[in-house]
Amino acid sequence: MGTLERFTLAGPPAAIPGSTARGIAPKLKISRLNFFYGAYQALHDVDLAIAANRITALIGPSGCGKSTFLRVLNRMYETVRGARVSGEVLLDGEDAVAMDVAQLRRRVGMVFQKPNPFPKSIFENVAYGLRVNRTRAKVRLNEAVEHSLKRAALWDEVKDKLHKSAYAISGGQQQRLCIARALAVDPEVLLLDEPSSALDPIATAKIEELLFHLKDNCTIVIVTHNMQQAARIADDTGFFLLGKLIEFDKTEKIFKTPAKKETEDYITGRFG
Amino acid sequence: MTQHHWRKLVNGLMFSVTAACALAAVCVLFWILGFLLWNGGSALNFDFFTQLPKPPGELGGGMANAIIGSAQIVLIAAVIGIPIGFLGGIYLAEFGTGAFPFFVRYTADLLNGVPSIVMGIFAYAMVVRPLHQFSALAGGVALSVILIPTTIRTTEQFLRAVPLMLREGALALGASKWKSIATIVVPAAIRGVATGMILGIARIAGESAPLLFTSFGNQYWSRSLSHPTASLPVMIFTYAISPYADWHRQAWAAGLVLLVVMLVLNIGARVVLAPGASHRT
Repeated sequence: MGTLERFTLAGPPAAIPGSTARGIAPKLKISRLNFFYGAYQALHDVDLAIAANRITALIGPSGCGKSTFLRVLNRMYETVRGARVSGEVLLDGEDAVAMDVAQLRRRVGMVFQKPNPFPKSIFENVAYGLRVNRTRAKVRLNEAVEHSLKRAALWDEVKDKLHKSAYAISGGQQQRLCIARALAVDPEVLLLDEPSSALDPIATAKIEELLFHLKDNCTIVIVTHNMQQAARIADDTGFFLLGKLIEFDKTEKIFKTPAKKETEDYITGRFG
Repeated sequence: MTQHHWRKLVNGLMFSVTAACALAAVCVLFWILGFLLWNGGSALNFDFFTQLPKPPGELGGGMANAIIGSAQIVLIAAVIGIPIGFLGGIYLAEFGTGAFPFFVRYTADLLNGVPSIVMGIFAYAMVVRPLHQFSALAGGVALSVILIPTTIRTTEQFLRAVPLMLREGALALGASKWKSIATIVVPAAIRGVATGMILGIARIAGESAPLLFTSFGNQYWSRSLSHPTASLPVMIFTYAISPYADWHRQAWAAGLVLLVVMLVLNIGARVVLAPGASHRT
């Protein structure tokens, strides 16, 4: 219960998820989203509004489409042949599907399930996004790398070995490095696809702590298998099942008084 | 005998047989090396590397022209073959789905199996005939045709081995596809790719058949790249079938030089590109 209290106390004034009733436009608005891998339909008519500066968790059993949904938001699905999408994704009211894809991915960053640092130094990993975006000035790069590593709560641990290989640090540190790398281009939205599933509980706690601070400047969408994690950190939670968004609401509501029978069954561990 | 003992026996037997076969495979190399040293070691002196061949019957002389000639021909082959093979390999690995890449891949595998002398005939028809001249250029073209398919396939394989999550990591930061290939995928695979290239070069350096009627041979320094040029493998062939004992010794010595060059290239490929020389992938 203590953990549930934390987000209600620390969170910003709660917008009602899925609506703009209080006049706050959602950061991401997804309407009638259908997604296909070839002939297989992975997502069915998903409607969802993700509020700014909140942590939104997506939960559900394996294969329910939550990771696919995440990959629609920054169009990472485009690397998969035969992937096809219909419906509307709006980022601050702009059509994300029609936007220049590089531009979209700079605004919507992503952290993956397994830490995937590049085979380069710690510094070059964080600087990569900036270099891709044609930032060459050494001073600018140094500042941005330090700032991003601090935001990712990694600076103190790596400041003396910035030019060592990114593979020389622990898995938990590597994942925070990947978060720092994503933060370096100053994204408006940060997508995380089960970011702590390959990490131990201590490393996981550090990442959760970090996300909690990040939401002041960033909208966070996290896919997680771990329901306790969703309950601990998320302001809003969506439950996916068989490619459909079954229920979306404030996390407290989802975990305490879910409206749908399927949600309750999943939360209470009856399946999944 | 209990089942436990039987299992231990079979285990021990299989271990011995496989280890013996592995040892036999390795022994061949040292056997050849010893054989070459025994027969050609005495002809391997300073003159061998600095002198031109002496006329038949005269003792001494060397193969300086063939050593330089081989280097020229291999360099020409590398200048033609490495870029084509490397860029073609990138295409196959990164854009390679569909009918055309399948065709390219299949053709490269077929080319890999074509006897090297056929490549020589090809270069003879394409380069020697039009220029009315045997030349280092023709030899280089013949060898490059052998180099291209191996380079294309090894490049492709090592690029494919780069984990998808590294590519995704780059794309997710707003990198374009070619940018992610140039800055992440190729650097991550460069050790393997370069090793493949070096091994391909080592292989063509020892080819003799395609050079017989392309670069031909020359007892003197070649005047230019468009003139007949001596090469070590062809020199070995010419000297080995001659009736002179001194030439036989020099042929052995040339074989020794070729083998050492290949060993150096192979070991060099491993040392220069060893883990620690760059970041681990």
